[in-house]
Amino acid sequence: MKTKMTALAVTTALVAPAAIAQELTIVSWGGAYSKSQQLAYHEPYTAKTGITIINDDSSAEAVAKIRAMNEAGNVTWDVVDVVASDAMRLCDEGLAEELDHDAVLAAAPDGTSASEDFGDLIVSDCFVPQIVYSTTFGYRTDMVGDTPPSSICDVFDLEAYPGKRSLQKRPIDNMEWALFCDGVAKEDIYDTLGTPEGVDKALAKLDTIKDQVVWWTAGAETPQLLADGEVVMGSTFNGRLFSAIAEQNQPIGMLWDMQSFDLDGWIIPAGLSPERKQAALDYLFFATDTQRLADQAKYISYGPARKSSAPLVGKHAELGIDMAPHMPTDPANAGNVHIYDYEWWADNRDDLDAKFQAWLAK
Amino acid sequence: MAALTPISRKPMSLVLPTVAAAGGFFGLFIGTANGSGAMGVLIGAVTAVVLALVYINVLKNEPLSKWINIALFGVLGFLFGGIAAAIIGLLYGWFIHWFTYWLYEGRYRARLLPYLTPGQVLWHYSFRVICGAIFVFLITPVLVVMPLSFNAQDFFTFTPEMLRLDPAGYSLKHYQDFFTNNEWQRSFKNSLIIAPIATVISVSLGTLAAIGLSQAHVPGRRAIMAILISPMIVPLIISATGMFFFYSQIGNWLEATLGLNKTFVGYVKVVLAHAVLGIPFVIITVTATLVGFDRSLTRAAANMGANPVTTFFRVQMPLILPGVISGGLFAFITSFDEVVVVLFVGSAGQKTLPWQMFTGLREQISPTILAVATILVGISILLLATVELLRRRSERLRGMSPS
Repeated sequence: MKTKMTALAVTTALVAPAAIAQELTIVSWGGAYSKSQQLAYHEPYTAKTGITIINDDSSAEAVAKIRAMNEAGNVTWDVVDVVASDAMRLCDEGLAEELDHDAVLAAAPDGTSASEDFGDLIVSDCFVPQIVYSTTFGYRTDMVGDTPPSSICDVFDLEAYPGKRSLQKRPIDNMEWALFCDGVAKEDIYDTLGTPEGVDKALAKLDTIKDQVVWWTAGAETPQLLADGEVVMGSTFNGRLFSAIAEQNQPIGMLWDMQSFDLDGWIIPAGLSPERKQAALDYLFFATDTQRLADQAKYISYGPARKSSAPLVGKHAELGIDMAPHMPTDPANAGNVHIYDYEWWADNRDDLDAKFQAWLAK
Repeated sequence: MAALTPISRKPMSLVLPTVAAAGGFFGLFIGTANGSGAMGVLIGAVTAVVLALVYINVLKNEPLSKWINIALFGVLGFLFGGIAAAIIGLLYGWFIHWFTYWLYEGRYRARLLPYLTPGQVLWHYSFRVICGAIFVFLITPVLVVMPLSFNAQDFFTFTPEMLRLDPAGYSLKHYQDFFTNNEWQRSFKNSLIIAPIATVISVSLGTLAAIGLSQAHVPGRRAIMAILISPMIVPLIISATGMFFFYSQIGNWLEATLGLNKTFVGYVKVVLAHAVLGIPFVIITVTATLVGFDRSLTRAAANMGANPVTTFFRVQMPLILPGVISGGLFAFITSFDEVVVVLFVGSAGQKTLPWQMFTGLREQISPTILAVATILVGISILLLATVELLRRRSERLRGMSPS
């Protein structure tokens, strides 16, 4: 009898209708970034609605996995955090849902519509912007002597700053920085990079430091290399450097010159059932409102994507330090920024990737 | 073992170069750590030779020179790098002194057969050194991880505090993170659910397959065997891609047609995929045990009226149990360590420990991974030791001598 009861209970549990989806699978980047989302978005959302949120730290391979899931007709993700360029690719391929931003997102507290509040940052119809981050350099304060680096071109100056540097293993940003330091004016960078001579010029500049470069693929590598003292300076996402400096007390300084701005945000994968799509939209409405975006900045130094969130950015939740001066968008840091051209890279990425990889292998 | 061979003192022409080589070898490590390997070799070799000459020709008192040497290197180590270096210095001081006298007094021949040629003696010790080196290379990566898991910082770095053995450089916070962090706890729980179920399935199916395939009358058994063990040979990434599409279909059917819960279907998919990976190990180990199994025993059992099922459980199973158990262990470890297939087949709800470690390493080089690794090493040692003890016990009970 007891066995029968158990069997019955198990069966009931198993065939519980999938319609009451009390779970959302949210895909993000992991590490300190996921933690900031957990604290600013997921936990308040669970407290409010009772919906459990499962984290999947797979954003790095999101495009490939969404393609495969779509082909197999088995999309297990509900909301996915991707960089803007990935969102554009997914949107072009029909793998992400197109959204009417004003209809599905909250308006600003003063009534400004969502599309106006996010402004230019809505780079694709499928994309809900979340943060502005930058790829920039950190350096070991105890390994650079009395004059810490102040210009991006110090990265290419092996005489003044001897030692290894870590750079991301991709052409984006590195090629632009190389051209800039080779004397190309900022507004001419993409025109120059569009010609074969320009590509050679950029690679020739990178050649001057190639022996001294450690190439990284994961955002956590540069902080680790800096903490070990294996590199004297290295590029990574500014939030990672903030966490190494402010939370881990490492002897690291920020070099904001020519920091490369990029956007990160949410998409909803195509092919969800109507109930799941609605659940995902409900989450997005909650997680991208003005207050929530400002809350995230309490945990990590990335700038909120809404204009209306900026005045609400306060102090770090645990350290109590003012977060505004650590934001890439802070006027003191944004004196000379590099605006990375998504569209140019979308058109030229494959070609330059091949050339860059060939150059690396030389 | 008593001395087999009378020993005699050896000429310094043998002792000095060998001692110099040993000193140089250790000097290489110290020198490399301090900037110049060549200088280290030179200094190491020269100090070893000079000290050997002084102790043998001037001091002529073995116990006294031993303590002098240990103290000397201990103090040197302390001056260079604090307590940790002092310990290394003490050990080195003891070793190089022992080594010098071991050669000089000819003690290395004491336990060997008297008729061995010098070449054979050299090989005897080289062989041991090679075995030791292999052991060191295998075990060092595991050992390095352990102290790092107590790092007070969030990086994979031996901090100066750690090297000074300062308690402030150590902390249990990464262990605390593992036991309190939901992501780690959920993945640990998932691993503990998935691995045992997958093991039970692999062991049952694998054992039956091995027994069936060992029957001479099964047609095409070599071909069947090859297919069954193919998951072991085919590159994992290819199996994983195939499994992703195959199990997606099954999963869709289970969810849509039978109306099963999404999470439950996720577990079913991963468990089945891992069972497939584990089956080859069971088949191979059980087939190997069956080679030594006497078929007349099953015929004898049948003769006495036992049906095949009784025969299997009462006669055959106890005899092939060691093979079944070791196959099961392999299957368990395969599932417990597996990351590629689960990344493809599973969804975030089935995130296992290796998956969590993999993303942890990629996104955030957190020493929590090292804490988990240390715990897993501990569990593996306990598991293997338990199985070995049980095996010996059962052999003793059955009156067999432990092998």
